[in-house]
Amino acid sequence: MPPHPVVDPPNPDLTTRRSKMAIDPCEEAISGLKKLLSEKKELTAEAAAKVRRITSELASATDKTAERIRAGFDHFKKENFEKNPVLHGELAKGQSPKFMVFACSDSRVCPSHVLNFQPGEAFMVRNIANMVPPYDKTKYSGIGAAIEYAVLHLKVENILVIGHSACGGIKGLMSIPDDGTTKSDFIEDWVSICKAAKAKVQSECKDLDLADKHTFLEKEAVNISLGNLLTYPFVREGVLKKTLALKGGHYDFINGSLELWNLNFNLNPVTSI
Amino acid sequence: MVLRSILLSPASHITLSMGFSDIYSMAPNILGSDWRSGDMRLTRIRVTSKNSKLRLKVIMESFRLPKEITIEKPKEDGTTDDFRRMKKRFLDFKSDIYMRNAEHFNRLSENQSPKFMVIACADSRVCPSKILGFEPGEAFVVRNVANMVPPHENGPSETNAALEFAVNTLLVENILVVGHSRCGGIQALMSLQNEANSSSFIANWVRVGNPAKSKTRSIASHLDFDQQCKHCEKESINRSLLNLLSYPWIEEKLKQGKLSIHGGYYDFTDCSFEKWTLDYTKNRHSNTGISVKNREFWS
Repeated sequence: MPPHPVVDPPNPDLTTRRSKMAIDPCEEAISGLKKLLSEKKELTAEAAAKVRRITSELASATDKTAERIRAGFDHFKKENFEKNPVLHGELAKGQSPKFMVFACSDSRVCPSHVLNFQPGEAFMVRNIANMVPPYDKTKYSGIGAAIEYAVLHLKVENILVIGHSACGGIKGLMSIPDDGTTKSDFIEDWVSICKAAKAKVQSECKDLDLADKHTFLEKEAVNISLGNLLTYPFVREGVLKKTLALKGGHYDFINGSLELWNLNFNLNPVTSI
Repeated sequence: MVLRSILLSPASHITLSMGFSDIYSMAPNILGSDWRSGDMRLTRIRVTSKNSKLRLKVIMESFRLPKEITIEKPKEDGTTDDFRRMKKRFLDFKSDIYMRNAEHFNRLSENQSPKFMVIACADSRVCPSKILGFEPGEAFVVRNVANMVPPHENGPSETNAALEFAVNTLLVENILVVGHSRCGGIQALMSLQNEANSSSFIANWVRVGNPAKSKTRSIASHLDFDQQCKHCEKESINRSLLNLLSYPWIEEKLKQGKLSIHGGYYDFTDCSFEKWTLDYTKNRHSNTGISVKNREFWS
């Protein structure tokens, strides 16, 4: 294995980060015009048609895939890579992140934004609804491969599973009919990993409205995933030896809040009778 | 009074929630003598403690007697330090990014409509949000070992569940598969001797890349191991792009011109980035290799 770097990642306080996000001005304009159309019902037909025409012209002007990612790459190179040559020199030789993170694929919740993880800090798996399936060599083995690599090769010290508000995957799980019929090729099969959490919500949260049920399920699904992590022998061993800590989290982007919690798992000494 | 819950929040902060009825007031720092006496009713207390055990005096309107509650603070170890660091980072994100772009986050809280789906490696050095500057709302991201896309016939995987959602529900316009230098997953693939008998998860997963490994061996066997791995890293991206075509709903969108598929390679040894686009019309008629267009190299 490559040698572990000895340099701390860049101090997030010192790394230049855009406070005003580089939101495409065309996107903002389109969004504003759409809002105008939906709110101002009294717009004449002629004015509405004009707004629609401008919106579609703007939309065709935003097809600048290469330009967009080039701009992002240039910013990273200038503001992060070139300003931290010692760190990136070490990272080129190898990585030794302290964290493994499971986060949702949702475009709004990247932990590199929300928790400002810098290059080298977090080995990160992202999938629908940040789920961890139980140990199985044949089904969803990609997750097992990531955990095996992180725990046995990278020797991470923490695994953090972080869920979030308004999760489409969790909504999908809630919507699966009780008879188990599915409409998708793969999605419903995937989110059913946390069906035990759904059963808990259905029995214990009858009085909550749907939004609160979703929130409860988002957090309970994180706990199911934390439990599933323990089905991997190398994870369990690390937790018992206290070389590995398991943590759960929930990011609420509607209210701008974050919850974090630990999973405590212990086996007391055996008593022979 | 009913003690409703004790929430052990990060580090040394402990929040108590008590079941009083009417008046809400926040107690100031309770340690020492900073009490407000009299008719204070408490619904929430936030306490800062530097001691390993916390003694709380709660003054209750109805009894006018202090009650002591003893709460064990979490042990001073890395766990509380980690939470403290994460708390600070989150609060910085909230003040520097979230609050300053409140209107954008408000829109995002209703729904997401990213133009990109990105499949990247889980490697800590290659987060697409960092290296390609994707902002919240821009990219639906899947990260797995060695940024692999298994073909449709392999059955369910976390990657194709995410693909199905991104393509059919979010209606992304671009899929970008990003590989990188010094990839541990590709090294594992290239090092495997007898994959059929291997019992490790990693071996089971990376064998998705076997076609890329075979091709690398056939044209680059004269190169040293590191160079072969670099070759395989790029070959594996192309194999993943071709595997994307095995999904009928992806091919349908490509035919309609509503979706583009791109490959990308990030080399962190010299901070360069190469990108290319799958030429769908040519690939449709070809069984050998892959046709690409719009290749660019940035350094």
